[in-house]
Amino acid sequence: MSAQESTLSLERGLAAFRAEIDAPTAAFFSSCVHCGICAQSCPFYLETGDPKYTPILKLEPLRRVWEAEFTLWGRIKRLLGLEQKVTDAMLAEWEELLYDSCSMCGRCSLVCPVGNDLAYMIRKTREGMVQSGHAPEGLINASIRAVTTGSPMGLQWKTLAVQIKHVEASTGLEVPIDKTGVDYMVLLSSMEIINFPEYLEAITKIFDHAGVTWTLSTECFEATNAGIQIGNKDIAAQLVERVVAAAEKLKVPNVISPECGHAFTAIRWEGPNLIGRRYPFRVFHIVEVLETLRAAGRLKTEGKETDRLSMHDPCNLARKSGVIQQQRNLMDLVADDFVDLKEHGRYQWCCGAGGGVSSNERAEPLKMAAFKRKKAQIEEVEPARMVTMCATCRTQLEEGLEEFNMDIPVVGLTEMIADHLVEKDATAEEEPQA
Amino acid sequence: MSQAMDFLLWTKGPMFTIAMVIFAVGLLARLVEIFVLGRATNYAEPRANEWLPGFRTVLTRTVADPGTFERAPFNVVVGWVWHIGFLMALLLFIPHIELIKGVLGISWPGLANPVIDFFTAVTLLSLVATLVHRMAHPVKRHISTVEDYLVWTIVFLVVLTGYLAYHRLVSPYPLALGMHILCAEIFLIMLPFTKLTHIFTAFIARWYNGAAFGRKGVQS
Repeated sequence: MSAQESTLSLERGLAAFRAEIDAPTAAFFSSCVHCGICAQSCPFYLETGDPKYTPILKLEPLRRVWEAEFTLWGRIKRLLGLEQKVTDAMLAEWEELLYDSCSMCGRCSLVCPVGNDLAYMIRKTREGMVQSGHAPEGLINASIRAVTTGSPMGLQWKTLAVQIKHVEASTGLEVPIDKTGVDYMVLLSSMEIINFPEYLEAITKIFDHAGVTWTLSTECFEATNAGIQIGNKDIAAQLVERVVAAAEKLKVPNVISPECGHAFTAIRWEGPNLIGRRYPFRVFHIVEVLETLRAAGRLKTEGKETDRLSMHDPCNLARKSGVIQQQRNLMDLVADDFVDLKEHGRYQWCCGAGGGVSSNERAEPLKMAAFKRKKAQIEEVEPARMVTMCATCRTQLEEGLEEFNMDIPVVGLTEMIADHLVEKDATAEEEPQA
Repeated sequence: MSQAMDFLLWTKGPMFTIAMVIFAVGLLARLVEIFVLGRATNYAEPRANEWLPGFRTVLTRTVADPGTFERAPFNVVVGWVWHIGFLMALLLFIPHIELIKGVLGISWPGLANPVIDFFTAVTLLSLVATLVHRMAHPVKRHISTVEDYLVWTIVFLVVLTGYLAYHRLVSPYPLALGMHILCAEIFLIMLPFTKLTHIFTAFIARWYNGAAFGRKGVQS
């Protein structure tokens, strides 16, 4: 990207802002009355108390371009020399507001009284930030790694191959690779492969148990999309194309997005629009697949967790994708003492690490500040453990709880389900061969 | 007296026409400016149709969710009070209904004057409260612009001059009424070019919001 960087400029940034402005954006900016309610929904404002983190203010560069170029009064002001210009210095100042202090959790979009979808506009504004050369180093590097190696963390197939061997050794099951015509192609996230290898083991067990045919693809195993986090459509589309090409090659009817929030919204909701066509397959989050299996009676479980469990809904999964009841049905299957956080589901609070904040080292203090909102929610219900279904959320919860000396382990929902599967009856397994 | 009467006639005559034309053309321009931009085709498989969730959000966003109410009770309550008071005075004061009948040919029953008078007083007080809040609350103070204060001023003046005219607190009466009408006209002229557009566009914004979330299976 360094070759490109020299061509990144304010001009290109302004052009990108212009290209992003659509009817909803214009309706949103037309409607803002500066009531400031959005701040009351933002963990970055609430936990720092700094009004510069008010969500609507983060969109000021995009708003100025809209006003000056897309409204009658703005054009008149421009002629009179009263235009509020977007300058390079302004964008440099706004970089922190648009990246470090926004996880695109979308909570502000849900509470704005006039109905402004602020997260939608943050996503758009980041496009202009990248083009003007004002994206954080951490995200630029993640994007470069994603494009060149296939993984934002630079992880390669050979690392995954080692994990696969471990899983096969410990489960005695085959992890299918490059199988055509199976029901599902499974995607993973690098974070998961490195931090939570138990996820792969869990789905291997669950799919075997439920008789689901599936495969990994050596050509594309990464579900996350750094292009969407940084706000670059070209990179984002390129990463989506890889998934589509792999799925098309293996002729799978379904693709499963892993326990990762943004990967799901990226491939499920943005992906088709990035490549400009419908997919020849359907996309599901692993939690949706598990719930379908549960509802069909294909998950036979035994025993339940008896300690007090609560759950963190990943923003991208719940508020931004409508997967809310599914994880609760699954919890009921394996947990005796489940208690929801007070504000959950579509009104849940972000862990503080999403939207690229966790890939942006500079944002670490803000990320931990924002976590305090989650921490307070957890303290309210005093669970023995937290359950979630997003590797980024899980890492943040683990780090955050440790930071505040709270001894509350965090578990992934999928592995918890896998732990309760009824062991296959040895005789039943031998029968077909007899 | 005759000067005041001339002033009143001017506000009811040529100025009224000017204000209505600027308001209508300006608002139309704003709506065209919005809709002409359109939306990109959405290729993602929807979970639900977007129309109904869109309309539902148009209605439901009027009421704050419990968490927001807990965190910003003043904002929510005072916002509600002054909007309701303003709308009642605007739409249910009998002379206003007569005016609307004259312009649009439609009418509805009004409320007794003392009731409107009470709500107008409440509106004035709550508007003062919003101004104090805007200047005192760190977020509101930080994000406020000159436009916010200008819009507040004209809204306040519209209600105040109406109150003064009704109570004959300014004489001669034609001057009081003329001032009220002029303020309302300035309000109309400013509407399409300031945040007052939210009177119309907030419903469009809410629909887009509800539609986008609804498509993904979330009632926003």
